[in-house]
Amino acid sequence: MHENRKWAILALISLTSLIFLVKLLSIQVLNDEYKRKADGVSIKTIPIYPHRGVILDRNSKELVVNIPVFDLIVIPAQVRIPDTLALCELLNLEKSEFVEEMGKAMKYSMEKPSTLLKQISRSEFHRIQDRLIDYPGFYPSSRTIRHYPENVMAHALGYIGEISEGAKEQDTSKYYALGDYVGISGIEATYERELRGVKGVRYVWRDNMGREKGKFKEGRYDTASIAGTNLIATVDLEIQKYAEELMQHKKGAIVAIEPATGEVLAMVSAPTYNPNLLTGRSFSQNFGNLLLNENKPLFNRAIRAKYPPGSTFKTVQSLIAQQEGVINRHTVFACNKALVKCHFHPTCDLQHSIQHSCNPYYYRVFRRIVHQNKITMNDSIAQVASDGDLNQGYQTWLDYMDAFNLGRKTGIDLANEIDGYIPEIELYNDRYGEDNWNFSNIYSLGIGQGEVGVLPLQLANLAAIIANRGYYYTPHLIKKIGEQDKRPEFKIKHAVPVDEKHFDLITQGMYDAYKMGTVAYYAIIPGLDLCGKTGTAQNPHGEDHSVFIAFAPRENPKIAIAVTVENAGFGGSWAAPIAALLVDKYLNGEISKPSLDEMVRKKSFVLEPNPVITLNQASNTP
Amino acid sequence: MRRNTLNIGSGIDGLTVFLYFALVLFGWLNIYSVVYKPDLDPGLFNLSYRHTKQILWIATSLVIIFFVLTSDYRTLDTLAYIIYGFIILLLLYVMIAGREIKGARSWIELGPFGLQPAEFAKCATALALAKYLSSPWARADYWNTKLIAGALVAFPMALIVLQGDAGTALIFTAFGLALYRERIIPNWVMILGFLLAALFIITLAIPFNLIRYYLVIPIISIALLYILLQKRRSVWLILGTCIVAGMLILYIGAVSIIFEHLEPHQKNRIMVLLDEDIDPRGREERYNLHHSQIAIGSGGLLGKGFRQGTQTKFNYVPEQSTDFIFCTIGEEYGFLGSFLTIGLFTLLLYRLLLIAERQRDKFVRIYAYSVAGIIFLHFAINIAMTIGLFPVVGIPLPFLSYGGSSLWGFTILLFILIKLDSHRDQQMIRQ
Repeated sequence: MHENRKWAILALISLTSLIFLVKLLSIQVLNDEYKRKADGVSIKTIPIYPHRGVILDRNSKELVVNIPVFDLIVIPAQVRIPDTLALCELLNLEKSEFVEEMGKAMKYSMEKPSTLLKQISRSEFHRIQDRLIDYPGFYPSSRTIRHYPENVMAHALGYIGEISEGAKEQDTSKYYALGDYVGISGIEATYERELRGVKGVRYVWRDNMGREKGKFKEGRYDTASIAGTNLIATVDLEIQKYAEELMQHKKGAIVAIEPATGEVLAMVSAPTYNPNLLTGRSFSQNFGNLLLNENKPLFNRAIRAKYPPGSTFKTVQSLIAQQEGVINRHTVFACNKALVKCHFHPTCDLQHSIQHSCNPYYYRVFRRIVHQNKITMNDSIAQVASDGDLNQGYQTWLDYMDAFNLGRKTGIDLANEIDGYIPEIELYNDRYGEDNWNFSNIYSLGIGQGEVGVLPLQLANLAAIIANRGYYYTPHLIKKIGEQDKRPEFKIKHAVPVDEKHFDLITQGMYDAYKMGTVAYYAIIPGLDLCGKTGTAQNPHGEDHSVFIAFAPRENPKIAIAVTVENAGFGGSWAAPIAALLVDKYLNGEISKPSLDEMVRKKSFVLEPNPVITLNQASNTP
Repeated sequence: MRRNTLNIGSGIDGLTVFLYFALVLFGWLNIYSVVYKPDLDPGLFNLSYRHTKQILWIATSLVIIFFVLTSDYRTLDTLAYIIYGFIILLLLYVMIAGREIKGARSWIELGPFGLQPAEFAKCATALALAKYLSSPWARADYWNTKLIAGALVAFPMALIVLQGDAGTALIFTAFGLALYRERIIPNWVMILGFLLAALFIITLAIPFNLIRYYLVIPIISIALLYILLQKRRSVWLILGTCIVAGMLILYIGAVSIIFEHLEPHQKNRIMVLLDEDIDPRGREERYNLHHSQIAIGSGGLLGKGFRQGTQTKFNYVPEQSTDFIFCTIGEEYGFLGSFLTIGLFTLLLYRLLLIAERQRDKFVRIYAYSVAGIIFLHFAINIAMTIGLFPVVGIPLPFLSYGGSSLWGFTILLFILIKLDSHRDQQMIRQ
């Protein structure tokens, strides 16, 4: 009996040990889930953020740079304060503020670092840093933020911010972590990949409190970061700055392009804002203010606002008509104000129709285009008897619009560009029924009114096409990406299907329009070799928009420009002077008509005083 | 074993002594590894660190060993009841004046160190039990012998429970092994005990409201079926079956009710084993078990190497140098280290059984079985709790865990046996 019991006890011990060994074999050798879990909890991955690429203008002047900002970090568990008052004095804080901030830090974590003071100025920081040695637990920390030395070009440059949950989900490369900064708009967004560089990574051990405990495997798996690529913009900082100054107290947009290359020399959307407002710690507050501002300063009008092009459209109409052979240089139409309103001017041939911007002339030109010149009862208000197929003619015209890149995205290197709008045949079919609409429904398109909506960028591109006499390069803002040339799509020459010879008359007409046509007398800068076309875009919501497209000089044009000023009336009155001043400044490097400059600067078309514009004046150097 | 002039070595079981030192030194190595951090090399002689203190405990243990081995073995037999009485007094004393650590009022303060009388109560109880059962008036089949033997174990156990140290009290069930061996506990009680323990776990594993479907209804059905299948349906049989079934159901109910009345942390310690999803991660009990398993599991076959453990190093595992020392072993030496540890313990336990069985003297045999039982239960519960087979109970791994009381207690326990065993050829002279 005793013997049996001895064996029973022996069996119990053996069985227990056996169970342990089986269980241990299972969790230690057969199952590597625990190994993975162990690495997951005890190895901390610390990203090393690379230097974000800076952006320079075409003359290598700084548009966006990175500047260091200094924070004061505290690890509450390590804090020893010999003299609280002295510390408060050093930090320039009230004692109550200090206690409150420390309280927050302690509540967050005793062991993990919290930021006590954010964005301390450099001089302040140096003063504090030297004396921090007396206060264990307080550490200096520096990081960089974006800085815009000239406070210009907010819209085109865009801004960076913490990546949103949605954007992070969409990023298939899984590059971003929560809290990473990413280009949200403008060039910052388009060239995000180039600018951001490549994050490095550091692996460290972390203990149960999340504290760092030395390098993982002596840093064998760490990778260095790769700095972001610097970009050279096509923009000329001087012109950009001047354009923004001229657009003060106004709403609208300016786009200036170098016709020979498609490089954007200036891009302004007014009102603008100081880009430094959207950096650093006040981002959310400032962003909120800008978003709520009634003048919509965050809205990039240059690539997102559809304006009727008004009479600037006559340039492209005359080109199409010539190419289609429905008019020639000798075609004369009476200025029949019964067809469409016009102002007083002599009867025009083609060249003068541009100079004087004759509305009835282009009523008939457009009618001939869409009816393929098969109009039997000429020049009458009465019903047009035509053998032409309206659908076919209108489609031809639409094809030209497309070729001139009107009503579709140009493909500029900016996110969020919109198409603009040229009405398709379907619109009229839907509205009036198929074959149930005729020229009287669409005639206003001929003079750039009606449903048509064109972006300031597209208008500038149109000016560039005329300047180039028939071709363009897709407008773009970045000339060089590091050592590499611009994106290949910007080196493709796009020709429009209009023969070069047809541009002569238009150019002459535009030349005359500036010198002795529709442009206001005060906008004429003596000696300025500029070809331009005014436009007055009817605005159902208020005063007409003032539009002007131009290029200069007449031979070998160096600049093509489109200016839109909202609610400023005639194109010749405000848009033209702004364009003239900018062209003059660009070509001659100086303001040769200071009186005009002063007049434009002072003029305001924004009824409400604009706080954003006020902010823009203030220097904002963190 | 070398025989010196004091004749300490004669008759001493060399293998047991070797296993003792192997375990103690391996334990120290792991305590040192726990203290050592990548950013902190504590050196060997700074008394504020546990590995240095453990050197002190090991050194004093050597002194204790010397005293035990040079003492007159007969005094143990003589003084057994006096030692037992003294320990009972100490247990009563700490309940009134002891220091409270982690909810248990079981420590006596001795300057910077603390002593736990409960650690020594095991040894004293073993001696008293051996003394009583080896006495001529103790007979295994007498009820009063069973009762007195039970009371000798139950009394200190109850005091320790009252101190709030349920873990150490649980160890006193280890005397069941010796009592079973001496036929104080019959076979059926042991079997019933294991069955009830299994039923206990099953009861807890099944949600309370489902118990009646999964346990109560089957029990009633089986009881009824058993009665119906009997050809001779005597009243006694029916009554007996009903009583057994009823008691089972009562037991199930009692388990549920007792469980409901446990301390929340005790309840959680049990439930985390039974139900992976019982409570979200971060709750202390789940956390401990989770990280303990991760630490051991991440060791792999050969481990991460001496002082290279990460889970244990960075404080993910609680009580690493004491109750969870096995985590460090598992992580740094992998399955090899686990195998070695379990192998050493199993070998030691086999050896203790062999020592017990070779005694001619009943006193020594009972004492040996008590020692084997205590070490076995410590070993079994400690390893089981670290690898998630048993609720977390705060008891150390013998010889390996950090701690003076624990090491001293086990040293005394073991070396008294070695001393007694060394005189196995001499007849114990009884008063």
